[in-house]
Amino acid sequence: MITIKNLHASIDGKEILKGLNLEVPAGQVHAIMGPNGAGKSTLASVLAGREDYEVTEGSVDFDGTDLLELSTEDRAREGMFLAFQYPVEIPGVSNVNFLRTALNEIREYRGQEAISAKDFMSMVREKSALVELDAKLASRSVNEGFSGGEKKRNEIFQMAMLEPKLAILDETDSGLDIDALRIVANGVNKLRSEKNATIVITHYQRLLDYIVPDVVHVLYNGRIVKSGPKELALELEEKGYDWIKAEQEAH
Amino acid sequence: MSEIHTESTLSSFTKHLRQTEISLPVALIEKSLNDLNGQSFPTRRNEAWKYTRLAKLSKLSPTASRHRASVSFNAYAVHSTGNRIVLENGEINLDATRFETTTGLTIKRFSECNTEELQQVGNLLPLENELFNSMNTAYLQEGILIQVADKAQIEVPLELIHLLSAQESAANIRVFIHVGKFAKASLTIGAWALGANQSILNAVTEIHVSEGAHFTLQKIQAEEEGNFQICTEEVLQEKDSTFTMHTITLNGSLVRNNVRVRVNGANCETNLYGAYLLKGAQHTDNHTVIDHMMPHCLSNELYKGVIDDQATAVFNGKVFVRKDAQKINAFQSNGNVLMSDTASVNSKPELEIYADDVKCSHGSTTGQLDEEAVFYLQSRGVSERSARNLLVEAFIGEVLDKNDNQDFIAKTNAILYERFGWER
Repeated sequence: MITIKNLHASIDGKEILKGLNLEVPAGQVHAIMGPNGAGKSTLASVLAGREDYEVTEGSVDFDGTDLLELSTEDRAREGMFLAFQYPVEIPGVSNVNFLRTALNEIREYRGQEAISAKDFMSMVREKSALVELDAKLASRSVNEGFSGGEKKRNEIFQMAMLEPKLAILDETDSGLDIDALRIVANGVNKLRSEKNATIVITHYQRLLDYIVPDVVHVLYNGRIVKSGPKELALELEEKGYDWIKAEQEAH
Repeated sequence: MSEIHTESTLSSFTKHLRQTEISLPVALIEKSLNDLNGQSFPTRRNEAWKYTRLAKLSKLSPTASRHRASVSFNAYAVHSTGNRIVLENGEINLDATRFETTTGLTIKRFSECNTEELQQVGNLLPLENELFNSMNTAYLQEGILIQVADKAQIEVPLELIHLLSAQESAANIRVFIHVGKFAKASLTIGAWALGANQSILNAVTEIHVSEGAHFTLQKIQAEEEGNFQICTEEVLQEKDSTFTMHTITLNGSLVRNNVRVRVNGANCETNLYGAYLLKGAQHTDNHTVIDHMMPHCLSNELYKGVIDDQATAVFNGKVFVRKDAQKINAFQSNGNVLMSDTASVNSKPELEIYADDVKCSHGSTTGQLDEEAVFYLQSRGVSERSARNLLVEAFIGEVLDKNDNQDFIAKTNAILYERFGWER
């Protein structure tokens, strides 16, 4: 689904990603863990096309397309979705209104017809139920006055509406209590299929009890330094990241 | 050098204009001519014109044109039914005007009014140092008197359409509205231009809202770029009355709105809402005054603007709360979004409070669109252009949503779609 080779990216002249390699095939969930400042959120931002970051080297193949050549909106239209660590509040723009705009622009890009108002509304009902998001919240201003948990559920609701090929969840678990975490994870799990892939970026192992990954990667100092089965997350939880740091410095 | 030039500009500006033929009170005309005599256009040293330059306007020598464009006014009308008064280049266009007999509503041209009726005109309007008011009096081309009878509830639309259709022409028009006790009415005014250039509309509306009456004035200002508009509203409210005004400015080289509402009765409500969406080299200046003279009143003022390209905007909102006007709630807010590096705005809220038991607030914000929000929307597949439109529309929508007249909303939306590609 996505193949990242030797990715280097910097912000304000400071290199954050230093030759990152990652391959996530369709049908799999990969977790990316790592200490603060390792470059986890930078990776999410670079993949989503945030302009503050400059890619200086490397390539990203997204299902046969050169991802780095695409604008942010075209990446979304090609089927990439980023669940934000800090979802933005947008006063006055209703959730459903902007989602209809998004959905129709995506459909137009793919040469499909616009969705009818009726089909759209029934889709909203179905997908908001998936993350137990109150239908009233779905039609309110984007994230305005939402609690932390509601914002994250809204991210997964949007993901469900847009049905991406690749979803990147950037610290979606941070700040969630166990109930909210379960709802969010449940939503993500229901959306998993053989045709799509998920990258879960997290600092904590806890989320991976609910969204079980096929592979766990450790990101440290701008590179993937270790990959392994889901048990690796437990090991990290137990030993902390110092062990990784020590191992890296020994090299 | 420029000083020498400005000294003579007024006589050169008015040289082709003819003194009014309307039988306004003689003293009024004399006073306005006296006021104009020897005056020049205000410069930026005049506080009220600090951010609005009249240099381009002052170089003109407009005429009162009788030109008639071949056009269907349905294209400009907000309402498809009801009373429609069409004023083209400052003169009534009787072919396009239609009066429907409406119980409780009297509409007359000043030329049809008797002396007693004309005695009311000009009573509310200051002339001293108000050059455009004096011009409007001395060179008045057409006047419309609108009287709403006591207790009348006018539901039939009432619309006035200004069209500038000539080159370098001046249109001096007065509307006088008297809303009787406990009556309810509204007036829509559209200002448009077709093939006009370097023309000026100088429109004055005097509004007397009697005890317990409700009156709404809604304006769309959409003259083509290249034209000027000075639009003055003088409003007097008596007790228990409500006055609401919506000013939507969408086009025009220079649009200056002077609004003064004198709230001369207790328990009144005053709402002033304004939206301006500017691009190119447009300039819009909203000067508002709400003068609370009596206690227990509420005023809301919300003006918002989106300014693109090299366009400039000015907001100056004065609220007076006089010594005896206790228990006043007065709220004022002005927000601006600058869409380009070359767009600019000057926003100046002014509160003058002489009473001690009041609740007043004012705020002014100017900024750019939230780029994080733009990115967020783009990351969902929305194009950058649509993302910006969604955000701008949400910003200005707060003002537009204050109006609940379906015809007005539909017309505004149609222009927004045409000019900015927005779908509301």
